[in-house]
Amino acid sequence: MRHIISILAENEFGVLSRVAGLFSGRGFNIESICVAETLDPTTSSMTIVTEGDDAIIEQVLKQLNKLINVIKVVDFKDADYVSREMVLVKVSTDDKIREEVPRMVKIFRGRIIDVSPKTYTIMITGDEAKIQAFLALIKPLGIKELVRTGPIAMMRGEKTIKMKEKHSKGGEEDGY
Amino acid sequence: MKKNGSQIFVEALKAEGIDALFCYPGGATLNITDALGLSDIGQIVVRHEQGAVHAADGYARASGRVGVSLVTSGPGATNAVTGIATAYLDSIPLVIFSCQVPTMLIGNDAFQEVDIVGITRPCTKHSYLVKDVNDLARIIKEAFYIAKSGRPGPVLVDIPKDVSAALGEFKYPDKVHIRSYQPTYTGHLGQIKKAMKLIASSKKPVFYAGGGIILSGASEELTKLASMLSIPVANTLMGLGGFPGNHPLFLGMLGMHGTYAANMAITESDVIIAVGARFDDRATGKVDEFAPHAKVIHIDIDPTSISKNIHVDVPIVGNSRDVLRKMIEIATEDRDDFENYQSHISEWIHETERWKKEYPLTYMRNGTLKPQYVIERIFDITGGNAIITTEVGQNQMWTAQFYKFLKPRTLLTSGGLGTMGFGFPAGIGAQVAYPDALVIDIAGDGSIQMNIQELATAVQYGLPVKVVILNNGYLGMVRQWQELFYEKRYTWTPMQYAPDFVKVAEAYGAAGFRIEKEEDVDRVLRAAFQDKRPAFVDILVNPEESVYPMVPAGASLREMLLV
Repeated sequence: MRHIISILAENEFGVLSRVAGLFSGRGFNIESICVAETLDPTTSSMTIVTEGDDAIIEQVLKQLNKLINVIKVVDFKDADYVSREMVLVKVSTDDKIREEVPRMVKIFRGRIIDVSPKTYTIMITGDEAKIQAFLALIKPLGIKELVRTGPIAMMRGEKTIKMKEKHSKGGEEDGY
Repeated sequence: MKKNGSQIFVEALKAEGIDALFCYPGGATLNITDALGLSDIGQIVVRHEQGAVHAADGYARASGRVGVSLVTSGPGATNAVTGIATAYLDSIPLVIFSCQVPTMLIGNDAFQEVDIVGITRPCTKHSYLVKDVNDLARIIKEAFYIAKSGRPGPVLVDIPKDVSAALGEFKYPDKVHIRSYQPTYTGHLGQIKKAMKLIASSKKPVFYAGGGIILSGASEELTKLASMLSIPVANTLMGLGGFPGNHPLFLGMLGMHGTYAANMAITESDVIIAVGARFDDRATGKVDEFAPHAKVIHIDIDPTSISKNIHVDVPIVGNSRDVLRKMIEIATEDRDDFENYQSHISEWIHETERWKKEYPLTYMRNGTLKPQYVIERIFDITGGNAIITTEVGQNQMWTAQFYKFLKPRTLLTSGGLGTMGFGFPAGIGAQVAYPDALVIDIAGDGSIQMNIQELATAVQYGLPVKVVILNNGYLGMVRQWQELFYEKRYTWTPMQYAPDFVKVAEAYGAAGFRIEKEEDVDRVLRAAFQDKRPAFVDILVNPEESVYPMVPAGASLREMLLV
C-alpha cells in the first residue's frame, strides 16, 4: 500500500540521510521525498511517499520516531489530508500545436513560464490525479523533459503536526 | 577561560567521571593524545581498534557505566566499526570518539579520511560531526546522555583535527535537553494492570527475560516477582545472569540451543511475559509456530522492539525495572487476584519441573575430554564468582548451557551480532573495570585468533585475563552445521594451521598452559586462575563434539534435536 508520511525533524545536516537510510536499510524505495525548512527555521518538514505493507510501515514509523533528530512522524493513511505537487514540463512546439498547448494549460490552471521558438515550459500544480491527467493529455504532443517535486501534504482543518515534544516520564539520568 | 578542543575534550571526560579510555593513536588524534597524556584519565592503548571498542564494551557490560574509546580517522575509524555494531545490537552504552581530518579537507579524499559518520549511521544510536569547537562540550554531554539513557547504545563523535586545536569557551552543561528525544521509563499503568489481570487468569505463565533485565538493573525485581508468583523463567542468551542460574524456577536458556524445559515451556505456555527481550530469531525459532497458545505481554523500553517479530497482546513501553516494580506492587496489593495463584498454577510448575528432570542438559562422558566438562569445572572452581566473557560459536553456547550464571553482568557475550574476537578484548575491558576480579574468556581456537594481538595489551597493563581455549581444531559451530546439513563436507572449517597457543602466550610474556586429559583439568585450571599474569589455557577437547539440544534454523522450538 502507498503511504504518505510526514516528518518534522531538526533542521540539521545529516538528518535527511538518517531518514533515507532507514528506508534503504530495509530495501525499500522512496517514491518521492520533499524537504524544506518550516516556519521555525530550526525544524524542517519532510513528506515521503513510499510503498509497503502495514506491518513494515508500522516498523518504519517506529524506527523514524526513534531517530534522535526526529521530532514527530505522521502517516496520512487514516487522516483527511490535502496534498499538492508541482511539475515542470518542457514540450516541443511547432505551428500546429502552438495554440493547442496554452489552451490545455489554461484548462488545468497551469502557467507557461518560459517560451522559446521551439519550446514551451509549463508549470502545473495539483494533486496527483490532476497532474496525471494533464501529463496524459500533453504526452502525445511530445514531452522533452519533465521534473516533478513529488507531493507535499498537510492535514485538513484545525489539525497540525504540532511540535509536541515526545513526552518524558522518569528521571533524566535514570534508567541505565 | 579559553581552552583548546583537546583540553575541552579532557575536561568533559573528567566531568563525566571517565576513568578509562581504550584507544589507538594516529595523525588525527595527536592533539587529543597529547592532552590526554597530560591528564590522569586511565588510557589503555590496544593493538587494533576493534579491540579498543570491544574493550570499552566489556568495561560497560561489566560495570554498567559508559565505555569510551578513541580512534584515529580513516582506517582507525573503519576498524572500529565491528565493535560499534556489536555494541549496537546488544544495546551497550558506548561513546566512540573518532578523530577526523581537518574541517577544510573533509570531503576532499584527504589522507586517512573516511566519512565515518556515514559509515556508522546504521549501527549507532546517534552520531555527531563536530564542526565548531564551541559545540564540543555540549555534544560530548549529549553523547553520554544518549548512550546511557532509554535503550542504551553506542554514540559516535567525530572530531576534526582543527577542532581539537581551536580555542573555545569551556562550559560543561549541567543538563541535557533534546526536544526530540525523551525516553519513556515508567510503563503505562493501565497496560500494566491489564498485564497483571492476564497473568492472574493464566494457568501456564512463563517469563521470557532478555538483556534488558541486566541493562535496566531489574534482576532483583524479576527474581522477586517470579518467586512471589512461582512463575518459571526462561532467559535469552543476553539475559543469562539476570535470574539466578541455580534458582528452582529457572528453566535455562531458550532458543536454538536452549534447554528442553525452556523451549517446551514457551511452546506450551498460555501467557508469556517477555521482559527486555526482542524476540530474536535465534530465540524464537520458526516465528509462525512460536508459542502458539500464548498471549504475549511485552515490556520493553524501545517501542520498535514491540510487535516487530511476533504479535504482542499487551505492549508496555518502559524500563523493565520500573515496570516490574509496579507489577510487584499490584501482585502484593491485589489479594483477590493472586491469593491462591500458586496453587492455581501448580500443575504447570510440576510439568516444567518434570521436563527439567527428564531432559536435563547433558553430554556423553566417553573417556575423551569434553568441552562441557571443562565449563562445568570452571563453574565449580570459581563458584560462579568470575566474570565470564565468551567468543562466538560452540564455546559460547556451551558456556551459556553449562555455566550457571548467578548474578547479572557476569556473562559478557556478543549476542546480537555474534562477533568472533569479542571475548578477549571485552575481558580486558572488564578487568580494567574490576582489577581484582577473575576474568575468564572462554574461547575457541578459531575465535581467539581473531583478536589474539590484544595479548600484548593485557601483558602491558598487567590485566590478568585468562583465556580458556576449547581447542577442537575446527570452527566448531560451522562444522556442526556442515555435519548436520551438508553431509559432513567440512569445507573451510578445519583450523589446521593454528599456532602453538602456549608458545604464543609465552612469546608475549603471558603464561601458557595446556590440558590434554580430563584428570588434569582441575589442577591446571586452578594454577592458571591463580597465576598473576594473563594466561592462555589450551585445552585439547574432543574435536567432534556438538552443541545439543539444537533447533535447526527455521524449525519450531518444539523440534529440538537432543543429544
